[in-house]
This record gives sequence, structure tokens and C-alpha cells, in this order.
Amino acid sequence: MSLYRPPRTQSSEITPREVYLSRRSFMAGTAAGLAFAASGTALAAPLAATPSAYKVADKLTPKQDVTTYNNFYEFGVNKSDPAANSGDFKPTPWAIEVGGLVAKPQVIDLEKIMTEIPMEERVYRMRCVETWSMVIPWIGFPLSALLDRVEPLGSAKYVAFETVVRPAEMPGQSGFFQPLNWPYVEGLRLDEARHPLTILATGLYGETLPNQNGAPIRLVVPWKYGFKGVKSIVKITLTEKEPPTTWKNSGPSEYGFYANVNPAVDHPRWSQATERRIGEGDGLFGGRRVDTLPFNGYADEVAGLYAGMDLKKFY
Amino acid sequence: MALPALPARLKPASVWALYALGLMPGLYAFYLGIYGGLGADPVREFEHLLGTWALRFLCAGLVITPIRDLLSVNLIAYRRALGLIAFYYVLAHFTVYLTLDRGLILTSILGDILKRPYIMLGMVGLLILIPLALTSNRWSIRRLGSRWNSLHKLAYPLLLAALLHYVLSLKSITLEPAIYIAVVTVLLGYRLVRPKLMERRRARRVTATR
Repeated sequence: MSLYRPPRTQSSEITPREVYLSRRSFMAGTAAGLAFAASGTALAAPLAATPSAYKVADKLTPKQDVTTYNNFYEFGVNKSDPAANSGDFKPTPWAIEVGGLVAKPQVIDLEKIMTEIPMEERVYRMRCVETWSMVIPWIGFPLSALLDRVEPLGSAKYVAFETVVRPAEMPGQSGFFQPLNWPYVEGLRLDEARHPLTILATGLYGETLPNQNGAPIRLVVPWKYGFKGVKSIVKITLTEKEPPTTWKNSGPSEYGFYANVNPAVDHPRWSQATERRIGEGDGLFGGRRVDTLPFNGYADEVAGLYAGMDLKKFY
Repeated sequence: MALPALPARLKPASVWALYALGLMPGLYAFYLGIYGGLGADPVREFEHLLGTWALRFLCAGLVITPIRDLLSVNLIAYRRALGLIAFYYVLAHFTVYLTLDRGLILTSILGDILKRPYIMLGMVGLLILIPLALTSNRWSIRRLGSRWNSLHKLAYPLLLAALLHYVLSLKSITLEPAIYIAVVTVLLGYRLVRPKLMERRRARRVTATR
């Protein structure tokens, strides 16, 4: 089934940025608006992007849900923690050290690269390994554009990513009981990293990324479970061997390196056959459980990357 | 250190107050859920709240004996209410799972129960709880005699099943499940040392009266 059907959601149906901006300035005149402005979300600034053809037709998950319900253990283990505890995080200035098996290792200034590489808006499905899902309008650019700048060597087979470690700004990284080892590390095979669907996101819903969603730059790989989308990236390293990844380290029998969305391969403790769409339904009622699609619905584009591989073994 | 005892005529009223108070968190969560106060995934949040409160009340029910033994505070009159409140939370938790979560799609529910250890453990807990709840009345106690005590020792495997059901459903062990693991370990561990403790206490009492 083709995923990139001609967009059924007309761009006219999506609330234009100016409209929510004007609503915000209206709200700023009220007490509620002032309280809202004090929250982390309001730190996001408008970010221009050109619409891209990579756009699923599903209904968007409301911004309120996208920015208040997610996992980012650096700010706490509950899904409301990232929004609540990320106010002290400083996403600017930001630099990414890109090295390893490349011809031109370099430290990339984020602000500079964002003016040099065109930003695109992409509406992707996001499927969490915990069986919930969203549809998110990301802004970003293909990871391959960044890889081209550093010129990976022929020996490079994998790309490793690392999240920043800042216990003073990320409360989940300090304290006596931490469920994961820091830094959070992730990785992709080089061909996955170069796939046009793989992006580095710098924004969502027309604005720069809120702290809680991985500011200022994060990975988005829409056919993989959400935990592959490493956030607040400070280091990218090209390697010859498969790099270690955080969730695989924490539970190798439950989380694999590939982590492709696959309804036929269950998590050892729960089924991956269905998912609950966040933000649909009214309160407790009318919510929707939908069937999970192979490769999260992106099979036409990416299944070829895994030809001949046993996906039950390489989960 | 005995607490000043409640006048006998207020006991029934205090038990009813416990029922009302105990069911309040569930009703409040339902209210929040209807009015959109349970966040982005209200069904899961509601389901988890009901389950967590069931676990809390199961633990509370098993605290009665240790505090009577160790602190000489006798709250045995409230134990039935604690157990039954836990039962009501488990029923609500199970109902939300069947309806709001799985949408009553029986094939998917059956597959879920048979394939997932943590859901199986939840079902085991529910099956254990049913006879305990049905015999939580004076008539059954009289009728069953000493067998009632044996039957209600099922509360221990029940608590273990409930704990594992909760812990295995999580992605990773964080502080909150670690606390429940510690509490349940202490409550069940106490039952292992209790016979010895009681024996020693009896022996001491005997020597003291000699």
C-alpha cells in the first residue's frame, strides 16, 4: 500500500502558523496567556519551512498532546515529566561534533547549518514501542545532507548518535535512581541513515523544537519505534561496527538495534499488533485503537533495506 | 502503645467512611477522564490509576497484621473493607481493559491473555480475588470455620501476582515500581518470619508468668 498518497489533508485545513501566532498574542494579553508564556513551550520560535511531499494523510495529533506526552528520560520517567522539567534546558548555542570514519570531521554550528540547508515540513507517523502513536508535522532536513558534508569513508557502515549530558539542566540525569545509563546513545546502519525518510528534526508545528521534544535537534526515523529518535544530539560518529544503543543495552532480549515497527514481532511482554492513537476521542470515550502497519506504514519505501534479513531475529 | 480505641458505636460508621474515602480516587479519576483531565492518553492513564489503587489497597490489607503484631495497633475491623475496595478497583481495572482499552474485541483479548505473562498474571490475580471477595462476610466466616483462614492465605500469592502483573507491564524499573517491590517484599517476607517471632514472644510470656 502506498503511503504517500496525494495529500488528503489540504494545506488549507491545517491551521496556518499566523493564526495560532495571533491566537497566542491575543492570549498573551490575558492572565492565562501570561501563564502559558511562562511554560517551556512558549520558548519555541517560529521556524520557516517548505512543505514536502513526505506527508501522510492521517489526522494530525494536536500540538498540546505532542508537546506534553512523550518519553525523554533525561527529564524524568513519566510522560508528563519532559514538559514539566525541561524549563532550565538551554538549547542555544548548539554544536554537533561529527567525526569517526569521515574525510572531513568537523564541529557543526547548528544555527549556521540551519541557514545553509533548506528546512522542510514532513508529516510522519510516530509509533512508540509502548503501543501508542501520533502523527506529527516535523520540520527538519535529511540526515544525508549532513553526512554529505563530512564525506563518510568507504569503511563506514554505521552512524552512532549521542545525546547531551547536562545533569544541572536535565533533572533525570541526576538523583539516586536512574533507569538508563547516560549519555543516551543510538545508531543506524549507514543505508538507513542515508534513506530520504530519515531526518534530523529542528522543529514541529511550525516552530523550533520545544525542549521536551528534543531541542534543538533530534533524529526522526518514522519506520522505527520512537526510542530510535535520539534527542538533543551533540555527537555523530561514523563507525565500522554496529554501535551500542541505549535500550538494547538495557534489555537486549526486548529491544534490538533495528527496532523496526513490526506488528508481527511482539515485544516479549506485550503485543505490537495494535496501537492507540493519541489525541483522538473525547476524554475517556471514543478513543481509537488502530492496527499497526509493517514498518509503520512505510514498507514501500524501506522494506528493501532489509531484503533477505530475518526480521524476527533482527528486531 | 495502644491507640485510644474508637467508641464501639462509631465503628460501623468509620468502616463506611473508609469505603467512601477509598473509592474516591477512582471516582475522581473517572471525573477527570470525562472532562479531559487525564492527559493525552486518558484510557491508559485511567486503567493504570485503577490498577495502582488496587495494588495499594491490597498492600494496605496486608499491613494490618504486622502493625497489630509490632505496634499493638489493632485495625482488624477495617481489613475486610480494604480487601473489598481492592476488589472493586480490580473489577473496574479489568472492565476498562476489556471495554475502553481493547474495545471488547474478544479475539484480540484472548490472544493477549494467552500470550502475555503479565496479563496472565493479572487474570490469575482476578481469579484468586473472586472467592476471597465472595467469602468476605460474616456468614462465610462462620460457615467455613478454620478453612476460611486457609482460603484467605491466598492473599499472599494474590499480592505477588498483582505486583508482577504491574512490574512486567512496564518498560523499565524506575523508582515507583522499585518502591512497590520493596513494600511487597517486606509484607510477604514478614509472613515468613512471623511464626518464629510469635513463638519467641509466646515463650517469653510463659517465662514471665512463671
